[in-house]
Amino acid sequence: MDEIIFLVNKVVISGAVLGSIYALGAIGVTLIFGILRFAHFAHGDMMTMGAFVAFLLAALVGAMGITAPVPLAFVVLPLAVVITAVLALLIDRGFYAPLRARGAKPVTLLIASIGVTLMIQGLIRLVFGSGTRNMYLDIEDKIIFRMDFGWLGGTRPLVLSQPQILMFFVTLACITGLHFFLTRTRMGKAMRATSDNLDLAQVSGINTQQVVTVTWLIAGSLACLAGTMLALDVNLRPDLAFNIVLPIFAAAIVGGLGNAYGAIAGGLLIGVTEALAVFNWTAVLRPFAPYLPFGMELPANLALVPTEYKLTVAFVILVITLLWRPTGIFRGLST
Amino acid sequence: MAMIEMKQVVGGYGGAPVLNGVDIAIDNTDIGVIVGPNGAGKSTALKAIFGLVKVASGEVLFEDRPIANSLPDRLVPMGLSFVPQEKNVFTSLTVEENLEMGAFIRRDDIRDTLDSVYEMFPPLKEKRHQVAGELSGGQRQMVAMGRALMSEPKLLMLDEPSAGLSPRYVGEIFDQILKVNAAGVGILMVEQNARRALGFASRGFVLAGGKNLFTGTGKELLADPDVAASFLGGHG
Repeated sequence: MDEIIFLVNKVVISGAVLGSIYALGAIGVTLIFGILRFAHFAHGDMMTMGAFVAFLLAALVGAMGITAPVPLAFVVLPLAVVITAVLALLIDRGFYAPLRARGAKPVTLLIASIGVTLMIQGLIRLVFGSGTRNMYLDIEDKIIFRMDFGWLGGTRPLVLSQPQILMFFVTLACITGLHFFLTRTRMGKAMRATSDNLDLAQVSGINTQQVVTVTWLIAGSLACLAGTMLALDVNLRPDLAFNIVLPIFAAAIVGGLGNAYGAIAGGLLIGVTEALAVFNWTAVLRPFAPYLPFGMELPANLALVPTEYKLTVAFVILVITLLWRPTGIFRGLST
Repeated sequence: MAMIEMKQVVGGYGGAPVLNGVDIAIDNTDIGVIVGPNGAGKSTALKAIFGLVKVASGEVLFEDRPIANSLPDRLVPMGLSFVPQEKNVFTSLTVEENLEMGAFIRRDDIRDTLDSVYEMFPPLKEKRHQVAGELSGGQRQMVAMGRALMSEPKLLMLDEPSAGLSPRYVGEIFDQILKVNAAGVGILMVEQNARRALGFASRGFVLAGGKNLFTGTGKELLADPDVAASFLGGHG
């Protein structure tokens, strides 16, 4: 029983948490690619930016002496989301829109977004320093829920932290909301239409400028949510999400570029697979140790991939998917 | 006064002009058909009206208002609608969503228009929740035309609506075009199927080298031995 709980803790929960963060990031990447046809490399840093906005607001609210049963960073999240969405839009208007107006190629926009990455990280370091910060204020504790499985014969509890639970519900709400937006609303359908066929969208009289604006607002909002949740789960650093921008891109590509549902599936797939790959199977196999043939011993660490090489997992999945289905699981755009 | 008028339009995609002085004028009761050899600038002429091709000189007037180099998001609300020849449906959207996108600029109730499009193309009603990319070529053409009609246009422009369709669908699409015209919508179309299209055209324009070679009613052009010799081939 303990082994199963250990597996759930290490694979199901951490995989789902990481997968949700990948998914929220990948939705933004995939929507931007679908509408604007360029790989927005600075997306990870938009997530970090969102987390810092939430951090700043939480510190402000905390300084006013307000407390809440959930982390303040979570309480201020709606406002942080709005601010980050507007910042994302301003980044587009300031850096990408002028390039598009001159008919810049996607590669030029990609390079520009690398510049934006450096700029955001530099600004964050300039203002907040390069150290690691705790998303929780001094007076706050990270609440951890331990579910006892003694009645099933287990001795270890199932561990879930508060941010993980919040993250689960936030992700669920975002995905549901996005689904209704994309399939039921005029603007959501127009976004799908623009992503499907930009020329025809324009010919139909769809205001593609407006679609671009909405795309950045959504991508910025989700980036803020994902970044804040990630910072609550681990902690806040200037390179918080820069480090996971590659698995996020892998998730978007695996799911099929331009397809929001694909990005969700790709994010969860990569998140859970990463957790599985770095999982130490010795812990689960220990009960079988006495049955091993004479002279054989279970090694102390039986993970498929050492933790330091976790990043390679995303690429292995990417390569396999692209060989099997070149446009991704959900048949995205091919460019 | 014609509904749509092109006067000595010169324009193209940025390099050498494709259009070298095109004149086109039709009324809302007309079916205008542009024919001509490959590379004559037929499609380019339509695109120049719809702001998809740069007009360097000359005038484009819609209901006497100059519209040269206006973008579609201004033209569609004015009452122009365009069905491109290729990639003219949103393949990942359902049939109904495709039609709704045609009505994007409208803020009023679109249900009546939707019903009339379904009435015009019954197969679309059956498949309205199916993704447009799964439809046959003929049905896609119906979706494309339906989409263009959803904005309730005064002028419907079609770029080779019969291209790649089986003979059965060609007849059906042409019948629907006649019906749309009878309902008071002007039609301006480019057609490879020249003889057949000129047969029902009230205005015909033969383009070659980006210029008008012949202009007249469909019947006049069909009867003109010069048109027949230079373009339609010698079959009569």
